Amino acid sequence: MLHPEPHPAEVLVLTRRFRLPNSASIETYLATQGYEAFRKALTMAPEDIIEEVKKSNLRGRGGAGFPTGLKWSFVPRQSPKPKYIVANADEGEPGTCKDRLLMQYDPHALLEGMLIAARAVGASAGYIYIRGEYRYLIEILDRAIEEARQHGFLGRNILGSGMDFEIYTHSGAGSYECGEETALLESLEGKRGVPRLRPPFPATSGAFGCPTVLNNVETFCAVPPIILHGGLAFANLGTPKNGGTRLFAISGHVNRPGVYELPMGFNLLRMIHEVAGGIRGGRKLKAVIPGGSSCPVLRAEECDLPMDFDSVARAGSMLGSGGVIVMDETTCMVRAAARILRFYAHESCGFCTPCREGTRWLSQILSRFHRGEGRREDIDLIAEIARNMLGRTFCPLGDAAAMPALSYVQKFREEFEAHLEGKPCPYEEVTVHA
Amino acid sequence: MKFSDETEARLQRLMASCPPGNKRSALVPMLLFIQDEVGAITPEVIQEVCSRLEVSPLEVEEVVSYYSMLRRKPAGRYHLQICTNISCMLAGGAELFEHACRKLGIGHQGVTEDGLFSLEEVECIGACCWGPALQVNYNYYHNMTPEAFDRLIEQLRRNHSGRSEP
Repeated sequence: MLHPEPHPAEVLVLTRRFRLPNSASIETYLATQGYEAFRKALTMAPEDIIEEVKKSNLRGRGGAGFPTGLKWSFVPRQSPKPKYIVANADEGEPGTCKDRLLMQYDPHALLEGMLIAARAVGASAGYIYIRGEYRYLIEILDRAIEEARQHGFLGRNILGSGMDFEIYTHSGAGSYECGEETALLESLEGKRGVPRLRPPFPATSGAFGCPTVLNNVETFCAVPPIILHGGLAFANLGTPKNGGTRLFAISGHVNRPGVYELPMGFNLLRMIHEVAGGIRGGRKLKAVIPGGSSCPVLRAEECDLPMDFDSVARAGSMLGSGGVIVMDETTCMVRAAARILRFYAHESCGFCTPCREGTRWLSQILSRFHRGEGRREDIDLIAEIARNMLGRTFCPLGDAAAMPALSYVQKFREEFEAHLEGKPCPYEEVTVHA
Repeated sequence: MKFSDETEARLQRLMASCPPGNKRSALVPMLLFIQDEVGAITPEVIQEVCSRLEVSPLEVEEVVSYYSMLRRKPAGRYHLQICTNISCMLAGGAELFEHACRKLGIGHQGVTEDGLFSLEEVECIGACCWGPALQVNYNYYHNMTPEAFDRLIEQLRRNHSGRSEP
C-alpha cells in the first residue's frame, strides 16, 4: 500500500516509521524515540500537556477540525467519575484510508497518544473503537497493547508514576454512522449506532455516562511528536490555526494514488499534479472532492487553493477527513452524485425523519436521473430537498448527504440537463450502475 | 454453546474489557466474533449471548438488525465483498462487481449452490487509494481487475479442494 519511497514534498512526522523494518514492533518504536513523549508527559502537569496541545494548533483529523487541546480542556478533571479515552478508528468516510496505515505501520503511536491524553485528563481506561472490517488491524493492535503492557507502559502504576491505564480494542460490525462520536459511544455500550443529543458533549458525559476524550486515530498519533518537540514546532509546520501535517489519501483518476503526509495548507493542484503524478492518461481534471464524499465537490477551476480547514471552507467545501477524490473529464457527475447519495441513504440510521426520508429521496431521484428518466423539475427538486435537510437533522449525517447533493446540481447543472428527455448518459456507452 | 479455545479466549478478553456493571458493552463485538465461528447469528447464538451478557433477546435483535456485517444466514466459505463506492467506482468497481456476478452466476448477497462463494456489493472498506478493492472474508485484495478476480477465484477453488485456509 506504500510507495517504496515517500514523495520529496512529503514531511514525515506521523509516517516517519512507516518504511522501517518491523515498523509495528515495540523494538522499532523504542529505537525511534517511542514512548519518550509519554515519559516526558509524566513529568509535566496535566494542564501543561493540554496547553502544549493547544499551542500546536492540532485540529481533529476525523473531519470536524475542532481544536484538540480545547476539546481536552472541557473534561472536568475534578469529576469523581472514571474518565475514558476513546479512539475513533471507525474510518468509514468514502475516500479515506489513512488511519488504516497508521494502525498497520505504527500502532504504538496511537497507544502513546492515548496514554498522553489519559495523563492529561486523569483517565483510567481507553478503547480503540475499530470498524469490524479492519479485523487484521485488531490483531496488530492487540499485539501492540500486549507489548506495551509487558514493557510497563500499560497496567498498574505505570513506570512507577502511580498512573493506572488500560487500552482495549473494541470492534464495530458494519455501520458508517458509528463514526459519528455519540453513535460510536452507543455502539461501544452495546446498542444500535443511533446518535445522542448534544449537549451534553462526550467531554462531560461520554462513554458509560462518564467524561470522555474522543478523537480520531490520526489526532492521537500527532500527540507524541507535539509533546516531544513542542506544540510550536508542530504548529509551524502548517498554516495559521491549522497546525502540523496531515495524511491525505489521494484516490481516483491520478497516476499515483496513495496516502501522503503533507503540511497543512499544501496546494491542492500541486497535490494532484505533482505528488500524485497527475491525471491518468493525460486527461483533464474535471472535479475534486477535497475531504471525503460528504464534502461539496469543487470544479477544476476552484482547486488552486491551500488545503487547510479554513481555506477549503472559504472555497465552499470542507477539508473533512483528508480524502481527496480526483475525477477526470470522462467522469459523469450525475453518476458520481447518485453513487454518493446511494451510500448515505444506505447508512442513514433512520432515527430522524429529514435524514431517513431525505437521503432516500435524493438517492432515488439521482438514480432515476442517471437512468435517463430524469425530469427537468427534478434538478431543482434535488436542491430543494437538500436545502430542507441542511441543519435540520439530528446528527451530521443528514448534512453529509445534503451538502454534496446540492453542490453537484449547483456546479454541474449542465450535466444534469444533458441527461434529460431520455438521452443516454453522455459519458458512458452501456451500463448504468447507480 | 461451546466455542473453539481461540474464540472463547477472545470472548473472555472482551468481557474483561467492559467496565464493572456494563457487561452489555461487549455485545457488538461478541456477536461478530461468534458469527465468525458459527457462520451466522442463529437463535442459539442469541440465547447464548443473552445469558452471557444478561440482556434480553429484544436488545440483541435490535443490534443484529442494525449492523450490516451481522447476518442471519451463513455466507459462503469465501465471502467476496466488492466495494463500488465512489473511489472504487472511479477505478472500475461497479464493472468488477458485474463481472463477479456473471462469473459466479449469483447476485448481491447470493451464495453459490456448492456454498463455496457468496457475493456482496459493499460500501467503502477503507481501500480507496488501491481500488477497485474487495475483501475475501477479512482479507483485502487491492487494485483488482476482472482477470485478477478470475485468478483469485481459481486459487480459492484450489485452496478449498486442498483443504487449506484462504
